[in-house]
Amino acid sequence: MSRLPSRRILLTGASAAVAAAMLGGCDRLGNAEWFQRTLKTGEDANLFVQRLLLTERSLAPEYAEADISPWFKPNGTEAPPDKGYKALARGKFAKYHLEVGGLVEAPFKLSLAELRKLPARTQITRHDCVEGWSAIGKWTGVPLADLLSRAKLKPEARYVVFHCADTMDQGEDDGGAATAQDDGPNEAVPAGNANPAMTKQSGGGESRKSSGGQQASEDTAVSGGSPVRYYESIDLVDAFHPQTILAYDMNGKSLPVSNGAPLRLRVERNLGYKQAKYVMRIEVVESFAQIGEGKGGYWEDQGYAWYAGI
Amino acid sequence: MPRTFLTRSAPDTAEVERRRWMFRHPAVIRLTHWVNTVCLLVLLMSGLQIFNAHPALYWGKVSTFDTPLMAMSSTEDDPPKGVTTIFGKTFDTTGWLGSSAGADGEAADRGFPAWATLPSDQDLTGGRSWHFFFAWAFVLNGLAYLLYGLVSGQLRFRVIPSRDQVRHFGSSVWEHLTLRFPQGDDAKRYNVIQKLTYLVVLFVLLPVQVLAGLAMSPAMDAAFPILLTLFDGRQSARTVHFVVAALLVLFVVVHVALVLLSGFWNNMRGMVTGWFVIERKVEPVGDTGEPRA
Repeated sequence: MSRLPSRRILLTGASAAVAAAMLGGCDRLGNAEWFQRTLKTGEDANLFVQRLLLTERSLAPEYAEADISPWFKPNGTEAPPDKGYKALARGKFAKYHLEVGGLVEAPFKLSLAELRKLPARTQITRHDCVEGWSAIGKWTGVPLADLLSRAKLKPEARYVVFHCADTMDQGEDDGGAATAQDDGPNEAVPAGNANPAMTKQSGGGESRKSSGGQQASEDTAVSGGSPVRYYESIDLVDAFHPQTILAYDMNGKSLPVSNGAPLRLRVERNLGYKQAKYVMRIEVVESFAQIGEGKGGYWEDQGYAWYAGI
Repeated sequence: MPRTFLTRSAPDTAEVERRRWMFRHPAVIRLTHWVNTVCLLVLLMSGLQIFNAHPALYWGKVSTFDTPLMAMSSTEDDPPKGVTTIFGKTFDTTGWLGSSAGADGEAADRGFPAWATLPSDQDLTGGRSWHFFFAWAFVLNGLAYLLYGLVSGQLRFRVIPSRDQVRHFGSSVWEHLTLRFPQGDDAKRYNVIQKLTYLVVLFVLLPVQVLAGLAMSPAMDAAFPILLTLFDGRQSARTVHFVVAALLVLFVVVHVALVLLSGFWNNMRGMVTGWFVIERKVEPVGDTGEPRA
């Protein structure tokens, strides 16, 4: 009988030791380059299988007016710190122009008023933040397909890149407060929300919090002192999807600054961080390897998956 | 026969018959069992990491931020208190939920504590990478198990109660509750409660868990809108995913407890090598009316 308790203690001790070693081991494993690449194959499989399952005509569910969330939670950048953007906002975006260029035959610029005159699509869709929450909003805007057809893509065109107004890593006016962009990424948490959310991978967020730290100086070195602004990219499957629009209205009113005025991307069937706010310029490219840190978006550069369908 | 012969030989026979070897778990079952163990552990811990990005649950299509079903948060106090609210009732969960020591030992605002999440630091994208990779592993492993189980007949043998088992359901429950484990021939098969539990885990909890996970994907919702109907919306699917994860944890806790209580080494040998020892059924002594000397 006396053997039992000691064996039990031995087992308990051993399992505790194994558990502790496993936790530490998993963290170390998770930081190893080769293992991260291995884990990412799961996300590659997500893209592969979802592209097989979804046709270009599979529509994200659309909802009724009654389903619209009373408050559409703004997340990420809620007030871009950039001087240029602030000046545009003060003038009610009368001087705003959307630029469409890159690998196109006919680049062009359109003012907000001109955009509003184009055929529009209105859709009531659900916004899913990578953090886990959802909100439903009504969006009105120009189908991206119309703009791209007008610009006439060159044959080598593969991706559409959205360059945004909001500085993420080196604010011009109130640099320290540069918050994460979009409905997901969020480090400076608004009062009343106890959920610090998206973070850079492997504690990168820490260096960003201490503004002007290693991260910022690295960015300076890479980009020659120019601020790192939010950007996103999608492929042509999503770009020509009927529900992919550049929205200027939310819930029947002009898009508020906190939700991305004057123009934000709605690329339904994708998570929130793909829905770039404050879109200034659309660039059609063959590869996004030369943009930012080469992963196709601000959050992608911090380790998030480029494909955000899940 | 002389009495002396009986009294000497009886224990000998018992000794021979007491340990009977049985090849209980074929290789595919053993392999898929352990792969599944690793997958479920990683999925749980990386899932808690993902949950921590927004540690609140809702019902319906969207998040009703003011009225969550459950939420974890921290207070402004110094040091901060961890607070968990469930159905409007608030509990102090400092050190466990809402606020707990991070990897550096400092109090951090986080839903579940660092020791329960993977990675241990707040790292949503890291958690997602782990979760998706092991979700694929879990699904492929589960399909291999089901395919093998169906073709070999193992599944039917393991999880479908036989008619006599259903008839004696009541006494099985009683035996289970009093921790009297079956012996002899009865130990060769799972008892009725075991079978029904495995049946529910295999064909209800795990499939619901996968579907609820898929219902959270905006792309899957576009491909299969029925996912949303099934769960009454994306936020409900997220809540179901969380609750089913908790039920699976409960299952594993009971499973491991019973493995320990019903003979740890025998069970482990069984699931590692396949070989399991059946203990002889202890018959009531004195069939002949004579007490053994």
